[in-house]
This record gives sequence, structure tokens and C-alpha cells, in this order.
Amino acid sequence: MGDDHNHHHEHPDHSELGEMQSRVRALESILTEKGYVDRRTLDLIVDAYETKVGPRNGARIVARAWVDPEFKARLLTDATAAANSLGFPSPVGAHLIAVENTPQTHNLVVCTLCSCYPWEVLGLPPVWYKSAPYRSRAVIEPRAVLAEFGVQLPEDTRIRVWDSTAETRFLVLPTRPPGTEDWSEQRLADLVTRDSMIGTGLVRGP
Amino acid sequence: MTATGADLASIARDAEGPVFREPWEAQSFAMALALYRAGLFQWDEWAAMLAEEIARAQAAGDPDTGRTYYRHWQATLERMIVERGLSDAQTIDRYRGAWTHAARRTPHGVPIELAPEDLQR
Repeated sequence: MGDDHNHHHEHPDHSELGEMQSRVRALESILTEKGYVDRRTLDLIVDAYETKVGPRNGARIVARAWVDPEFKARLLTDATAAANSLGFPSPVGAHLIAVENTPQTHNLVVCTLCSCYPWEVLGLPPVWYKSAPYRSRAVIEPRAVLAEFGVQLPEDTRIRVWDSTAETRFLVLPTRPPGTEDWSEQRLADLVTRDSMIGTGLVRGP
Repeated sequence: MTATGADLASIARDAEGPVFREPWEAQSFAMALALYRAGLFQWDEWAAMLAEEIARAQAAGDPDTGRTYYRHWQATLERMIVERGLSDAQTIDRYRGAWTHAARRTPHGVPIELAPEDLQR
């Protein structure tokens, strides 16, 4: 786990706060005392991101696009509006853009500068997405990065790397696997992984 | 991003695991989002400042594996709060010390609460 040390064994009689804990609590005290934030709002945000907002939202969007060509067309034209129409909140930042995988093109999403990510549809980014190796290597050698994720693409499939910004975030629309033609939308959604919507994975069929 | 020796490092992959590794990460995340929603800064301003903090930490030797991400997030939040005049560095330091003091006078197993005496030192 982390960098904070909650347990100083030489002082078992009282509590200790690690450096990060005391820094965070200091801001919380200041901001709540001044009325800039309130604890209930903070609790609701944490609860939402821990339990409600996550890659299952994106999976629902992907599955709908697989079964509904009209929705898919809207998604590829204006993903923000398409996501809103399924009841997902407006993103932090401005635009959500959906990019479609095809036999010719595979899409891979990165944020080279920090960690911009479509939270509202994928939840918060995994640790590796925020790491320097991924942020730099996804651009320089995407095929090698994909191989490390276990993704082998045909030689003639082009890899397109999308660099996210605060204003523009990307959702990959993965390829629907063969053998799922008569599947329900819910069953399809269960197949869709987080990594397949970042582009570091493929959706595997039955 | 700055090219470093870490470029050659392999990428640690994970399953769809927990989003926050420790409670303070969640609290820091939520404060930034609440201030953004209250209109105290634009998201592009936040992202630019966060990118600066990450670059600064890398330059100072942080291997930047993603595990220190919320440290950079918290540093950005502290800077943004001072820059927007919501508080100042001295006040933030005083409250940090007060929380450390509150912890030391609190027995194990009891929730740590801030009392006026922690700030009047």
C-alpha cells in the first residue's frame, strides 16, 4: 500500500496521521469552514466514483451501439449527446469522442501530459494509465505496448493513437466479437472490458 | 512528456481494481471536483497545473509509475487554492500542524477530530 504510515509501533498509545492524510484533512477543514465545499457533497462524489461511475457505463454504451445502428451513428457523430441520452452525466471538460475499431484501424487512447480520461463512462483511470511508461510508450511504440497487454494485431492493421486533453476525451468502440449475433444487449455489455474501451484490449467472443 | 529512463520500463497492468488506494486519495479527488463544480476554476486550467506538478515531480526523481498520482493531485489542489485566493500557504500549514497535533492527543481507535486547542498553539 501507500506512503503514509499510520502505525508507529514505538507509540502505540495514540494516533498518527501520515503526511498526505494531514495535508488532505487540512484542506478539508479550511474549505468546509469557509463554505467552499461541504462534507455531504464530498461523500456523494466519493461514493459515486467508488460504486456507480465505472467502466460498466461505457460497456452499456458499446453494447447499445452494437445492437442499434442508429445509436451507433449518433455515438460516432456526437458521443457526448449519445452518452447523455443513455442517462450518463455530462463530462468534466467538454467533449467525448467515440472512435471505432475496424479491421483496418485499431484505436488506442492515452493522455501524454497527465491523465485525462472519460470518467463519466469509464470511471477513474487505472494506475498504469497514469504511469510515465504508458504515457510515453503508447505514442512511441504502440504495437509493443499492445503486445504487453496481450493484444496481437494483424500486420496490416493500422494503430491510431489518440492523445486526450482536458477538453477532449476518447472512448474506443471495440469490434463486436463473432458468435454473438443473437445475444441480448445486457449479455453483450457483460463481455465489454474496461481495457477494450481504452484500446489496450479486445473484446473476446464466447 | 519528458523522456526518462522510465520509458523503457514495462507497464504494470491491473484488473478493474479499486479506484482509490487510500481514503485520502478519494477525499483529495472529491475536493477538486467539488471546487470545479462550484466554478472556482476551469478544467483545462486544472489539467495544465496537474501536468506541471507531474513534470516537476518527475524532474525531482519521482519514478511516476502512477502510484504517486494523487500526491501530484493534492499538490495541484493546494496550489490552486492559494492561487485562487481561497486560502494561503501559512493557513494551510497551520491546519496541517493542527491535524498532526489532534492525532497525537487522540487514543488509538478513536476518530480524530480537530478541536480549537489544536489550532491555538
